[in-house]
Amino acid sequence: MQLVLEKRAERSNTIALISPLIAIGLTLVTMSILFAILGKNPISALGVYFIDPLTDSYSLQEIAVKATPLVMIAIGLSLCYLANAWNIGAEGQFLIGAVAGSWLAVKTQGTDAGPWVLPAMLLLGAIGGALYALIPAICKVRFGASEILTSLMLVYVADLFLDYLVRGPWRDPKGFNFPTTAEFDPVATVPVLIEGGRLHLGGIIALVAVAAGAVLLSRTIKGFEIRVVGAAPRAARFGGFNSNQLILLTFAISGALAGMAGIIEVAGPVGHLQPGISPGYGFTAIIVAFLGRLNPVGILIAGLFLALTFIGGEQAQIAMKIPLDVTKVFQGILLFFVLACDSLILYRFKLIFASPKVSRGAH
Amino acid sequence: MGLIEAIILAVLAASTPLLLAATGELVTERSGVLNLGVEGMMIVGAACGFGGAWLSGSIIVGALCGIVAGVLMSLIFALMTLGLAVNQVAAGLALTILGVGLSGLIGARFVGERITPAPKLRIPGLTDIPLIGRIFFGEDAFVYLSLALVGGVWFFLYKTRPGLILRAAGDNHASAHALGYPVLKIRMLSVMFGGACAGLAGAYLPLAYTPFFIPGMTAGRGWIALALVVFASWLPGRLIIGAYLFGAVTILQLHAQGWGIGIPSQFMSALPYLATVIVLVLISRARTGGSTAPAALGTVFVPDR
Repeated sequence: MQLVLEKRAERSNTIALISPLIAIGLTLVTMSILFAILGKNPISALGVYFIDPLTDSYSLQEIAVKATPLVMIAIGLSLCYLANAWNIGAEGQFLIGAVAGSWLAVKTQGTDAGPWVLPAMLLLGAIGGALYALIPAICKVRFGASEILTSLMLVYVADLFLDYLVRGPWRDPKGFNFPTTAEFDPVATVPVLIEGGRLHLGGIIALVAVAAGAVLLSRTIKGFEIRVVGAAPRAARFGGFNSNQLILLTFAISGALAGMAGIIEVAGPVGHLQPGISPGYGFTAIIVAFLGRLNPVGILIAGLFLALTFIGGEQAQIAMKIPLDVTKVFQGILLFFVLACDSLILYRFKLIFASPKVSRGAH
Repeated sequence: MGLIEAIILAVLAASTPLLLAATGELVTERSGVLNLGVEGMMIVGAACGFGGAWLSGSIIVGALCGIVAGVLMSLIFALMTLGLAVNQVAAGLALTILGVGLSGLIGARFVGERITPAPKLRIPGLTDIPLIGRIFFGEDAFVYLSLALVGGVWFFLYKTRPGLILRAAGDNHASAHALGYPVLKIRMLSVMFGGACAGLAGAYLPLAYTPFFIPGMTAGRGWIALALVVFASWLPGRLIIGAYLFGAVTILQLHAQGWGIGIPSQFMSALPYLATVIVLVLISRARTGGSTAPAALGTVFVPDR
């Protein structure tokens, strides 16, 4: 028996639309098997994971809160991936953005600084993230160093740098030696949208990012260049597009969005800078970008779905003692199925049972 | 035991997992496949390796479990990239995300357990030679195995016909296919070899380096191994230099922390990662004339029958 791929005459638009759904379906089947192996009832486990969080308003808000950084980061990553630039260090850019913005919050702590503090923090976060993302981009453009490896290495560096700050110079003197800064002042805090709720201004900013990403890609020349450089590099060269400049641009945008997401997370739901502010948003956002087919609206939906798995995972741990790592396994399997189903857009899968003909002729 | 001797022994131990994983990845990449999932295969190898050794009480069984786990992980990757023509970068990332989760699940019940680490070689007379005795004749089996593996891979790639065919598949899959070589099969075997090496490299950590399992204990070593392959310009011999250089950076920063140098420990811990970035830049810069990477590295190949 042999699996053979046959190129379709043209890409299948039907499959392009339904492939994420097939992928989610296949993932749910695989997860049921995994739950059964772990000795849990698959039906009730899936219920706790994917249905229960949708039934109360607290969890619904929490999904939106978790989706905010995922969507913001994934919008930026999708631009990189469309341009065939592989930024996989968004987690580091997220952390550096959080650090850059927190600097102002720490410096203005206890002073009578006005309401300009928060906007300035968001700006600093974006700048910090963008500059940090430009390191691998410049190494790539200038020296040809693999941006995949350098951007990832910088995640570890960012993590250690943040750790140093909150254990060293920025530690809250009244914090009982916990590695954390003091709680940010109200002027340095992202306001909530509904009094007493969890939903905050960051949700709106994420929606703006989605809209901006959509406009950039479908209505501007730069967006067109990004798509051409990724899809047809040769044509892009003939068109005179500067692919190095586009790598720098997409990395900078993606770093800025990740950095802003970082400072929003710290100044919003968390309220202070501490280690472990991200449960891997930067990596999960890679899955969000692919599940959303590198399309801004798709990313919004995919971001909400993966946020659901974070909340569902926490609830499943509490209610059914299902380990948190199951969420990561789920995310990894989902990405595999998404990629596999995407292959269906360009190819037909065929199983051949007889022995194949002798290969001849070049590709 | 002198301090210098202690440091060299520690460097050899710290370098071995890097060397093992990088050797496997080098073969994979030579066949034209870029598997970014080394970290994922390593961490699953670590969990399964420790589990196997703890349940059976045998280091060898543990090492075999690590190898099998690595191969199984690599088969998922092979199915995706070779069978279904999925983008290799994305599939490698998926493999790492999946591996981190799986190792947490598998390893959860072993956290806090201890095993007797792999024994060190002891040859009466030779091992007792002052200074060099322990360094050359007093290591655990994995250290010698990793060096033998590099030699074996070098011999295979450059002195045998299958090795030549493997390199041909990595440099020009269309021509190799036209000559009648089964490109996908060659690549699948190379990916599996990479998985076996990564699994063994992961298993080395809880079996010999530290005799217990902690989640996330690979700490980016899989990614550093990937960088080492670039550093070595895809030449097996240079992997040894690269791996020992990185092992040395890792150990020296640990010792520097111990000596109480007035630099915060986090900065020292960041050194191996920063060194990777700097080395990648220097190496890539020196090579701007012409790349030594396998020409078809990372490209999808779908044979037209």
